[in-house]
Amino acid sequence: MPNSSAEGRAVSLTVNGVLRVVEIDERTSLLDLLRERLHLTGTKKGCDAGACGACTVLVDGARVNACLNLAIRLQDAEVTTVEGLTTGDGDLHPLQRAFIDRDAFQCGYCTPGQIMSGIGCIREGRAGSRAEIREWMSGNICRCGCYPRIVDAVRHVAAGEGA
Amino acid sequence: MSTQPEVAVGRPHERVDGRLKVTGRATYAADHAIDDVVFAVLVDSSIGRGRISSIDTAAAEEEPGVLGVLGHHNAPTLPYEDNADGSYNPPGRRLRVFQDDQVHFFGQPVAVVLAESLEAAQHAAHLVEVTYHVERPSTDLSTAIGAEPVTYVRGDAEAALDPAPVRLDLTYGLARNHHNPMEPHATIARWDRGRLTVWDKTQWVGDGTQRELATVFGLSTDDVHIVSPCIGGAFGSALRCWPHVAVAALAARETGRAVKLVMARRQLYFGVGYRPAYEYRLRLGAHRDGRLIGALHDIRAETSSYETFTEEVMVPGQMLYRTPAVHQVYRTVPLDVNTPTYMRGPGYVSAVHVLETALDELAHEIGIDPIELRARNEPVADPATGLPFSTRRLQECFTIGARVFGWADRDPEPGSTRDGDQLVGTGVAAAVYNTARTGARAAVRVRADGTAVIQTATTDMGPGTATALTQVAADELGLDMHDVTVHLGDSDLPQAPPHGASTTMASVGSAVHDGAHRVRRSAAELAVGDPCSPLHGADPTDVVATGGRLHLARDPRRNDSYQALLTRNGRAWLEATGLYTPPAEETRSMHAYGAIFVEVGVDHRLGLIRIRRMLGVYDAGRIINPRLAESQAIGGMVGGIGTALLEHTVTDHRDGRIVNPNLADYLVPVNADVPNLTAIFLDGRDDHADPIGVKGIGEVVQIGIAPAIANAVFHATGRRVRTLPITIEAMI
Repeated sequence: MPNSSAEGRAVSLTVNGVLRVVEIDERTSLLDLLRERLHLTGTKKGCDAGACGACTVLVDGARVNACLNLAIRLQDAEVTTVEGLTTGDGDLHPLQRAFIDRDAFQCGYCTPGQIMSGIGCIREGRAGSRAEIREWMSGNICRCGCYPRIVDAVRHVAAGEGA
Repeated sequence: MSTQPEVAVGRPHERVDGRLKVTGRATYAADHAIDDVVFAVLVDSSIGRGRISSIDTAAAEEEPGVLGVLGHHNAPTLPYEDNADGSYNPPGRRLRVFQDDQVHFFGQPVAVVLAESLEAAQHAAHLVEVTYHVERPSTDLSTAIGAEPVTYVRGDAEAALDPAPVRLDLTYGLARNHHNPMEPHATIARWDRGRLTVWDKTQWVGDGTQRELATVFGLSTDDVHIVSPCIGGAFGSALRCWPHVAVAALAARETGRAVKLVMARRQLYFGVGYRPAYEYRLRLGAHRDGRLIGALHDIRAETSSYETFTEEVMVPGQMLYRTPAVHQVYRTVPLDVNTPTYMRGPGYVSAVHVLETALDELAHEIGIDPIELRARNEPVADPATGLPFSTRRLQECFTIGARVFGWADRDPEPGSTRDGDQLVGTGVAAAVYNTARTGARAAVRVRADGTAVIQTATTDMGPGTATALTQVAADELGLDMHDVTVHLGDSDLPQAPPHGASTTMASVGSAVHDGAHRVRRSAAELAVGDPCSPLHGADPTDVVATGGRLHLARDPRRNDSYQALLTRNGRAWLEATGLYTPPAEETRSMHAYGAIFVEVGVDHRLGLIRIRRMLGVYDAGRIINPRLAESQAIGGMVGGIGTALLEHTVTDHRDGRIVNPNLADYLVPVNADVPNLTAIFLDGRDDHADPIGVKGIGEVVQIGIAPAIANAVFHATGRRVRTLPITIEAMI
C-alpha cells in the first residue's frame, strides 16, 4: 500500500509578483518547487548541482542557482523567473529581445538561465566589456556553443542601459 | 513549372520558435503538464560486472510517499522482440531492463523507485540495498583484446611504405567524449487502454523510439505515440531509445499512472551513449615533395560487451587525400562499459583529427607549408570509389581562409612568436563529412485563409529545423514566412528519418519542397481551369506564386490569391504529401568540406592553452539561413574546443566507475573559454545532392577543429601532443 506523503511545512514567498503559500517537503529545492509544484517549467534543471546555471533565477534581485537553494529557507523572498520577465501585454524584456535578435541560443534549454543570469550580470555592473561578460557569464553553460552571441546580447542591453 | 523566386531562403531570418524559447514556454520532455504523475528515480549498479544476488527494498518502501520499487526480482517478463534492422541498435543483444540478474557495466539500471514526490523517490533510491556477486570488470582500452577487425585494402600499403623517402609512424589516443546536452534525458510515459504515449527527449520519434518501445512491449507501432516537440540539445545522444525510456513505460504500466523519469546528470555518463575512445596508429609514406604514397591505419575503439558499435571512422582515410595505397584495420574492443553511440561528426571527428594532425607533422618534417601540402594531395575524383565529386571546394576554402586569417604572415618555425607570457601559434586543418540523405515525407496544406501548415515527424534539437523548413515551404508556396507554420516532433505525423548526421534539411527539406511544389501546382491547375480566375486559360506551368498570390511569371498583373481561389471554389484547403527518396545508387561523391584556422596562446610557464581566434570556411552547399548556419558553425567550433582541450572521462579500472560524471569535473567549454569565432560559408549549391542543393552543416562544423587547435599548439610551443584532450598536464 502506498504510504502517505512526507509531512510538510508551509513557506510563503513571492514568485513573479504573486504571493504563494505552499506546503512543501523540507527537502524541496527552489528549482523543484518552481517546476513540480508551481508548474513554472521555464526554469530548467541541467545538473541539479550548481554546475551549469540552467536554473538561474533572481532571488531578492540577485542571481542564484535555484537547485542549490532549499525552498524552506526562502520565507518572504521575492523570486523572479523567466516567466516573470514578460509584461502582461506580452512585451519582451530587452534581453529576451536581444537574445532573439543576436540568435544567442539554439536548442533553447539553457536560455532562460542565461537570460536571468545576464540580467543579474548587468545589474551587478559586470557587463562593461566583452571580456568582463565572458568571465561573469561563465557559470551558465551553453552546450550548443552560443557564447559569442550571448555576449553580444548582454553587451547590447548593458550598453543601452549605460551599465 | 516556372521556378519560384527565392525570397525567404538565403535570408538571415530569426528563429520561428525564438519567442517560445526566450520566454520559457518551449516544452521539453520533462516540461509537459501531465496530471497526477508518479516520480521515478533509477538505482544504478555500483559494480562494473557481475550478478545481482539480492535487492532489499524494505527501507525504501517504508519511506513516506513511496509506491514501490521495480527490479529484476519483481518485474514482468517483457517480449523484447528483435529490432535490429532499421534502428540504431547495433549488432548484439540489447540491454533488457530488469529481465535478468546480469550487470554489464557500472551504473546499469538495476531498479527504479516510484513515489508520489520527487524528493521521496530520490531519497528512497539511496535506501535500496543491492548486493552482488562481483567480478572484475575489463574497462581499459589499452590492454583489452580486440574483436575480429573490419579491413580496407587499396594497393599494397606495406610494400609502398618500405621504400618511401619520408615515413612517419604516429600513435594517437582520443578520449571518450560525452554529448552532455544541457537537457538531461527525460521521459514521461502513460498508458491509456493499451496505447502507450511517451513524451520523450528523442531525435527520432518514428523508427527510433516508437518502434523500439513497440518491440520491447510487443505492441503494434500504431499503439505507441511519441511526442517530442522541443529537444534541449542532443548531438546524437537521443538517436537511440535508451533503457530508461523502457523503464518509464514499464513503471507506468505497473502503476497504472503517468510516470516521469528525469535522469540525473551523473546518469548521462552511463545511461546513454558517448563518442568512444580510440587508439589510432597511422603510418604514412610520402615523397620529399609531400605527395602521399601510402597509409596504414590501425584503429581500435571501445564498445560494450553486449553490442558492437561501429561508426564511419574509416572513410576519411580513404577519400580525403589522393593516397595510392591504403590499408585499414578497424577493431572494436569489447569492454564492460555501456554501448557508445553517434556523437556529432561520428567517426569523422576522430579520424580527421588523426589525419589532419599527421599531415601537419608531415608538413613540418619535410618543411613545406601545411596548406600547400594539402593542395599537393588534392584528388581529382573520390580516391575510394572513383566517383566524380558533386562539389568539392576544399582548396577554395583554404585559399579564402588563408587570406582572411592572414596565413601568409606566419613564421613556420615553432615557438617563434611571443605575446607577453603567451607563446602564440597558428594551425590549420581540413574538415569533411559525407552528405547522406534518407527517405522522408511531409504533409503540406494551404488553407482558404491563405496560411499553410507543414507536418513532418522530424525533430529540432537546436539547429533551427522548424525555421529552415518554414523558409523552404514559404518560397515554394509563394507565401510570407509568417503565414507558414511547421509542426514537428510527433510520431503521428508523416514519417521522417532520424534528426541527425546532417541529413535533416537534405531529406526532410526536400520532402517539404516537394509537397509545397505539388500544392502550388494543384492551385495553379485549379486557377487556370476556373473561369472566374484572372489566370483562367493560362498554361499552369507559367504560374508562380509570391506573397500569397499566384501569377504569371512574365505578367504579375494576371494574378489570383490562394485565399480568393480556394474560397471561390469552396475548398477549405489544398494539400499534398511531399516525398523525398534518395537515389538507389550514388553517381557522385558527396561531402561537405571546411578549412579551419586557429590561433592559440600557450602560457610558457603554466602551460595554459587559450584560443585567441578561430575561422572556419565551409563548402556546405546552399545555405538556407545564414544566421542559423553561423550559429551552428560557432557551436561546432565550441564543441571542438571541448574535444581538443577539456573533455574526457576518467575510469577507475578497479570497478569500472567513471570518476568524473558531472559538469564540475568533466569540463566543457564555458563562456570565458571562447573568443570571437568566425564562420564563412562559400556561396553555391550542390544540385547532385538533393533538390534543394544543401549538403548539411551540423557535423562538418565540429570536424577539423581539434586538429587545427592541436597543430596551433605545436606551432606555438614545438610540443606535439598526440592525445586528446591536450590538458595543462600534457604541456608542463
